[in-house]
Amino acid sequence: MRDYIIRRLLLLVPIMLGVALLTFLAYRIIPGDAAILHCQLECTEETLNALRHEFGLDKPPLPISGSHDAPFVEFHKHSQFGDWLADVLRGDLGTSLTYRTAVTDELGRRVPITVELLLMTVILALVLGVPLGVLSAIRPATPIDWLSRVTSVFFLSLPSFYLGILMIFAGVVWFSWTPPQFGRGYVAFYDDPWVNLQQFFFPALVLALAESAVLMRLTRSAMLEVLRNDYIRTAWSKGLRERTVVWRHALKNAIIPIVTVIGLQIGGLLGGAVIVESLYNLNGMGKYTLEAIIRRDLFVVQSVTLLFAASYVLANLCVDLTYAWLDPRIRYA
Amino acid sequence: MAREIALPLELEEERPGQRRRLGKMLQTARRHPLGVFGLICISLLFFCGIFAQLSFFGIGLSITPYNPIDVIREVRTFGVLAEPVDASDDKLVVSDSTVEAGTNFNIDQERISVITVLSTTSEGTTILVRRGSSPESHGQGAALQLDTAIPNAKPSRSHPFGTDHNSRDVLSRTIFGARISLLIGLVAVSTGVSAGAVLGVISGYFGKVIDSIFMRGVDILLAFPAVVLLLAIITVFGDEDSTVRRFLANSTPLPERDFLGIPNFLDVFIVALAIGLAVAVFTTRVVRGAVLSIKENVYVDAARAMGASDARIMMRHIFPNIVALVVILGSVLLPVAILAEATISFLGIGVPIPTPSWGADLSDEKSRSLMLEGYWWPVFFPGFALSLVVLGFNMLGDAFRDLSDPRLRGSGLGGGGGGRGGGVAM
Repeated sequence: MRDYIIRRLLLLVPIMLGVALLTFLAYRIIPGDAAILHCQLECTEETLNALRHEFGLDKPPLPISGSHDAPFVEFHKHSQFGDWLADVLRGDLGTSLTYRTAVTDELGRRVPITVELLLMTVILALVLGVPLGVLSAIRPATPIDWLSRVTSVFFLSLPSFYLGILMIFAGVVWFSWTPPQFGRGYVAFYDDPWVNLQQFFFPALVLALAESAVLMRLTRSAMLEVLRNDYIRTAWSKGLRERTVVWRHALKNAIIPIVTVIGLQIGGLLGGAVIVESLYNLNGMGKYTLEAIIRRDLFVVQSVTLLFAASYVLANLCVDLTYAWLDPRIRYA
Repeated sequence: MAREIALPLELEEERPGQRRRLGKMLQTARRHPLGVFGLICISLLFFCGIFAQLSFFGIGLSITPYNPIDVIREVRTFGVLAEPVDASDDKLVVSDSTVEAGTNFNIDQERISVITVLSTTSEGTTILVRRGSSPESHGQGAALQLDTAIPNAKPSRSHPFGTDHNSRDVLSRTIFGARISLLIGLVAVSTGVSAGAVLGVISGYFGKVIDSIFMRGVDILLAFPAVVLLLAIITVFGDEDSTVRRFLANSTPLPERDFLGIPNFLDVFIVALAIGLAVAVFTTRVVRGAVLSIKENVYVDAARAMGASDARIMMRHIFPNIVALVVILGSVLLPVAILAEATISFLGIGVPIPTPSWGADLSDEKSRSLMLEGYWWPVFFPGFALSLVVLGFNMLGDAFRDLSDPRLRGSGLGGGGGGRGGGVAM
């Protein structure tokens, strides 16, 4: 088990390096000087050079570059990519070109928001999706089954941004209620739990509805599969109550694909966070990423994509590990 | 003897066979009403996309009532002159008047503005006006008219979906949005899936170093959340003078401006290519997996033993076996590509204004703030169209899955099983 985790973590390293290199190169392909994009009012050659020096853009981009003389490659002790990577390993993610603030500070404020949003989404999705899927599977071909499946296709097809807009519209027009983060800033959970939950409930619901639709369909098919097994027939013939058979014997065996899909959906949810956070004015990681990409804030983009990729890969590792916990037959050598 | 028996049987089989096939299709359709609904939605998408703006040898077949990027203007009539006026008159008598102080209007070609309303009698309203720069005399019965833009008009008979804050017809924009979605979806999927299929075959067939390099690349690209990956690609591709844009503009016959009625055609095409790249990454992974098992077949060994080259084996023996997979992937990825376009346009870096795109229309700041004041139509309808298209693809997909899964056949309701891994839910 420990070896397995170590091996997976080691596998993470080349992927992370690749992600870092790719974002780095992608933003160097774009012509146009980051210094020119981000210098304020006066763009003289001097201020530009000062800016380039400040951002480290005057260094060679990669640690290795070609040269005309033998041995045809040149190694640089200081390069943009090399220094950035060294800084990251030391825990310094660089400085935002637009805000002139440290990316680590900014992330310290923003990561909790995204984490809370995603946690709430997953919880809501589980609460909405799994029971409905179970209900639909134990009463197949009934109006309940039909209704829950049609609803799930419906919510699966509503794009999250459209659903979000409609929800904000409904709140304002019919209940004259806007989520508290509009107008008033973000309120942390330990300052005022009630306001905080109001801020997060609807954005999380928007993401969770599509997610729960996926979970509902998956739970239904997994349960249908499991309910056909002999041990379920045995459980019935022992005279166990329906609740015990369904929740203890069947659902426990149907849960593995559900966990897998939650893991696979983490990437989609992180992407969804980009949309929902900008729609609902939550200053989380997603909104930060979007703004950074649009403003070409190099160091922010590099660091945040790295973080996104890392959390995605780590989430999948966690999913793999939960298998062993859920199903004792699975052992990782 | 045998022939005599066989002949009548054959004749008998032929006709009812066809009728039975039709009957069976109808029966299937009746059993899967949701699938039929999906089919209708998708047909509507294709119909609107193709006929949005189309003229064929001078015969107009467009179904958009107005040009989607034109400002809709309407002639308003404020009344009729009750008495003729000279060039020097600054008092007009108007019947059926709706003018107020400050109203501007034209009589014939002359522009006139109202200073104040003097009196109202049974013959008409007398108004004091400021005449235009070259006053003329107008006869009795001349109309007071003004050609005005009509922003935020409610849905009505002439504009069933209303007009937006730029006075553009929302129905036309929604219909034309289908063309953008369809174009981007088809271009992205066709380029992406074919490129992915080629890369996947090469990667799976050669294995070893090539495979490792390709698959690590795919791992890296798939480690990005899809939206973030797309945003990154778009900013790299779509930049003012990026290599891709310059190449497309200079070395291909793609027009930079209007084409197929689409303004900014090149930008739209670049968005499609960026989505295609993401599609290619996914396709490579799937096709490579299929090729790994196909290349173990004996006929591949046989071909190699006969001295066939690698290229020939890939073309003649492996590729035909993945065609079905590629077609399925394409049909599954089409709604994903359409939704991806809407998403990045919504986030503001997809299809540029004024090109009508469902996602971009949803993201328009002014439309959205106006929506909260009750002008819901410019935002509601494009989003509704987008949802309907995705819903259609999902429902058709479900129906096909039910049909292809023999365990669920005949149960009427079929299974909603599998979940498509949230592929279409972005």
